[in-house]
Amino acid sequence: MTTVINVPPSLDDASFEQVLEQVAPLPRDAKILVDARHTRWASPYGLTALLTLAQTRTERAILAVPELDDTNSYWARAGFFRFAEQLYELRGTFPKRPAASDSNVLLEITPVAKSEDVHEVVGRIQQKAQQILQHELNIDAKATVGFAMTLSEVCQNIVEHAGRGGWVMVQTYRWTKRLGRRVVVISVTDAGLGFRQSLESAPGRTFGDRWDDAAALEEAVIRGVSRFRDPGRGQGLAGVRRYVGRWDGKLSVRSGTARISIVPAWDDDVPLDENLPDFPGAQVQVTIPERVGTK
Amino acid sequence: MTNHIDLSTVLRQTVSCELYSNLVTRPTGAAVRTEIERLVAEMRERSLAIIDFSHVSMIDFSCADEVVAKLLLRYCADRPPHDAYFLFRGLSEDHWDAIEAVLERHGLALAIEQEDGVHVVGVLSDDERRAWEALDRVGQAVPSELAGLLDRAPDDVERSLAELWRRRLVMKVDDGWIAVGGLRG
Repeated sequence: MTTVINVPPSLDDASFEQVLEQVAPLPRDAKILVDARHTRWASPYGLTALLTLAQTRTERAILAVPELDDTNSYWARAGFFRFAEQLYELRGTFPKRPAASDSNVLLEITPVAKSEDVHEVVGRIQQKAQQILQHELNIDAKATVGFAMTLSEVCQNIVEHAGRGGWVMVQTYRWTKRLGRRVVVISVTDAGLGFRQSLESAPGRTFGDRWDDAAALEEAVIRGVSRFRDPGRGQGLAGVRRYVGRWDGKLSVRSGTARISIVPAWDDDVPLDENLPDFPGAQVQVTIPERVGTK
Repeated sequence: MTNHIDLSTVLRQTVSCELYSNLVTRPTGAAVRTEIERLVAEMRERSLAIIDFSHVSMIDFSCADEVVAKLLLRYCADRPPHDAYFLFRGLSEDHWDAIEAVLERHGLALAIEQEDGVHVVGVLSDDERRAWEALDRVGQAVPSELAGLLDRAPDDVERSLAELWRRRLVMKVDDGWIAVGGLRG
């Protein structure tokens, strides 16, 4: 029996939870059909998380691709189908090769598994990031290096902790619904160990009464705790937090059944969301908004 | 003995790719630090290594921890492997966020060469900072000379210098002390 998983028309980090609510109760080897036919738009998180979802299934999942040509074309330009073909049994028609790159896509979907991949990602993003941050988002040129550092550190989270490869994508778009401004979004997702299991692998580590995915996220993201004894560890996410705070951005990290966020004033998200549908690995999203009212 | 270590050259040799100019990731940082340590060890006698960031586009936190913090921690230990000192050149704002973060994390300090001279940055006590700056101004001195300048007791100044020496920020010479980066050429 194949279970149909409905993908919402607009797929981002919030609406992806609807997908996970349908998938989480099913055994890993259950056959699923991920129905994205009516999906019109997807954020970088939506696209990378769809790939990650496929990685969590032991039985190859089916993906019914969007029916709208524009949507399909965009997903192709974002590099989605190139990897989806390897992970899903695809149903429907989609462009085999993207006609042209999309100027809003700073970094199309890119696999991250090893240190060299992080070099590649950072090298590719640098020039484009300066152009976008400075000229489109009115953010100081100094922010470019911090942006590349942020990208590097969140990608390294996969290399250092996930135990398997993941995905990164960077894009700008106008976030009409919530902000009415342009944003640049980094999404990095993996289906690996996740924060709780990574911290549990630290030798000799003891855990308090309350130890779950939310506690693990608090330890890692807020207190900079790492599975390594090395006191220099844990600085990456701390640096990402500082960068996000400096540029009025948002950081969200989801792992297992919890999601922790550094929430700016422009957003009404909760700092900690617990008892979410279980999803392996870690999913990180960094959102930096356009600066307004300052020169 | 002075050795100039161009980090961009070390980076390209380490990651075997001509295109990379970014110091990112821990494995890269560890490999670059290992190469720096090898070059420093080759000098054998007391040495000053000039670590040159001029052609490095950026460095991230993880790499800064591996290249800068772990290098300094090893040589600031009670039994350093070699009587080596470090002067950092070519550091820009683009590098500073990551390096400042790791210096603070580990309580480290380093000497940097800028257009207007050599400065010491990072975590130092006020006494250490004033002693280093006074020594840098005068070039070479014994504790009693610095004590006069700093209005402190010679023993007290000597303790500050000993601590700065342990931290690889001043060198002991026959006739006194020199700040790292001072009296070169």
